[in-house]
Amino acid sequence: MRVTVDQDKCVGSGQCVLAADRVFDQRDEDGIVVLLDPEPPQEVQQDVRRAAMICPALAIDLTD
Amino acid sequence: MTDTSTDTSTGTDRHPAARTHPAPAAYPLDRDARCPFDPPPELRRLRDQGQAPDKVQLWDGSTPWLVTGYAEQRALLSDPRVSADTRQPSYPFPTAGIRARRDQARTFLSMDDPEHARLRRMVTAPFTIKRVEAMRPAIQRIVDDLLDRMLAGPRPVDLVQAFALPVPSMVICELLGVPYADHDFFQLNSSILVNGRQSEDASRQAQQNLVDYLDTLIGRKLDQPADDLLSKLGQEQVATGTLTRHDLAVTSVLLLVAGHETTANMIALGTAALLEHPEQLAELRAAEDPKLIAGAVEELLRYLTIVHSGRRRVALEDIDVAGRTIRAGDGIVLATDMGNRDADAFPDPDRLDIHREARHHVAFGFGPHQCLGQPLARVELQVVYGTLYRRIPGLRLAVGIDEVPFKHDGLVYGVYELPVTW
Repeated sequence: MRVTVDQDKCVGSGQCVLAADRVFDQRDEDGIVVLLDPEPPQEVQQDVRRAAMICPALAIDLTD
Repeated sequence: MTDTSTDTSTGTDRHPAARTHPAPAAYPLDRDARCPFDPPPELRRLRDQGQAPDKVQLWDGSTPWLVTGYAEQRALLSDPRVSADTRQPSYPFPTAGIRARRDQARTFLSMDDPEHARLRRMVTAPFTIKRVEAMRPAIQRIVDDLLDRMLAGPRPVDLVQAFALPVPSMVICELLGVPYADHDFFQLNSSILVNGRQSEDASRQAQQNLVDYLDTLIGRKLDQPADDLLSKLGQEQVATGTLTRHDLAVTSVLLLVAGHETTANMIALGTAALLEHPEQLAELRAAEDPKLIAGAVEELLRYLTIVHSGRRRVALEDIDVAGRTIRAGDGIVLATDMGNRDADAFPDPDRLDIHREARHHVAFGFGPHQCLGQPLARVELQVVYGTLYRRIPGLRLAVGIDEVPFKHDGLVYGVYELPVTW
């Protein structure tokens, strides 16, 4: 799995961090997404899919 | 009454697919008083006719589209062809009061990107997951102190005044740097802003009172900065000329009102719902795993969807939705209370089930305008639901559920009072 994030679309809701905090973080100054791991290991991929699904800004893209 | 109204002049009413009803249903609709936690039965009937949008008629005679399906709501709320701008001619205002203060209360909430994003990002820092988690001990202290006081006081007591309203008020005051001692003033004015039946004058006056109050407070923070959001925004945005002091005051009103009205209603209404589902309350009370409490918060957010008068938008272009065409310029009302009861997204949706995976609910909205304060609301509700029923295991209603005054007329649903004892 390969993860990309769009910081321009991100609205800083923090949903991705709640879903998968090993893969997503937020900038301190404005809460915009920071990608920690663009190729997350198998055991967190379900959480990453969940994060992509609940992101209100549709700012997370996944490719297999 | 026909589909034709002064607010829609795009010819949509002649679109053949729109002619499924002789006249559009009035919206919002009334709940069944015997099922105070469920959306209105007539709204469910409209939904059961299919997920396709239908025209409804609002208080001012305008006939926007009503969208009840979860997938359709997500698609529209995240569609850049859909505007949240209250200056759009056919914007479907929920009340005359909100229409009356549209310019006076203009914030990023009623703007589209890129302006929306620029202004929203100025105030997101204190709501990151990390910053909000760091507030958890302070929130726990506030909750514990209020419960100490409540337990030492007389019974029965109104849970709204003794607990549900003070918790989020104290938290947002601490975050913004608003003196909690002024709570009678700002709670009264906030309650006018979220009451659907207030006159235009009362609504404008309440907004003005809050703007004046915060403007004065920001002035003091500019002179004597403290460690709070108003001081920080004063220094970073007003002192540098990025924002006027007035604009910051208007945005601060939004943060203050949104920061306590909604959470207060979730605390009191959530407690009423749990007391009516004693087996789930027992499980929540016994929960050792914080994940179960966090899951219960999401499920209660879904099940109760207190923002029950619909998210309001306008189509900027023609948009096809489930076999209908929403024309450019048409108003759209997205009934997220129905989206959260959509069986395609939430199996057996009318059942409260704290074990359900409900995090994909749209109780905070969806798209770029999704609630800014949601991480804070989550932590407050986790602390409250994880503490209140343990500290007071015998908590029960002091009146029958049918005697509880529900906020049927509120823009935000909840209870005016919740008399409880133990």
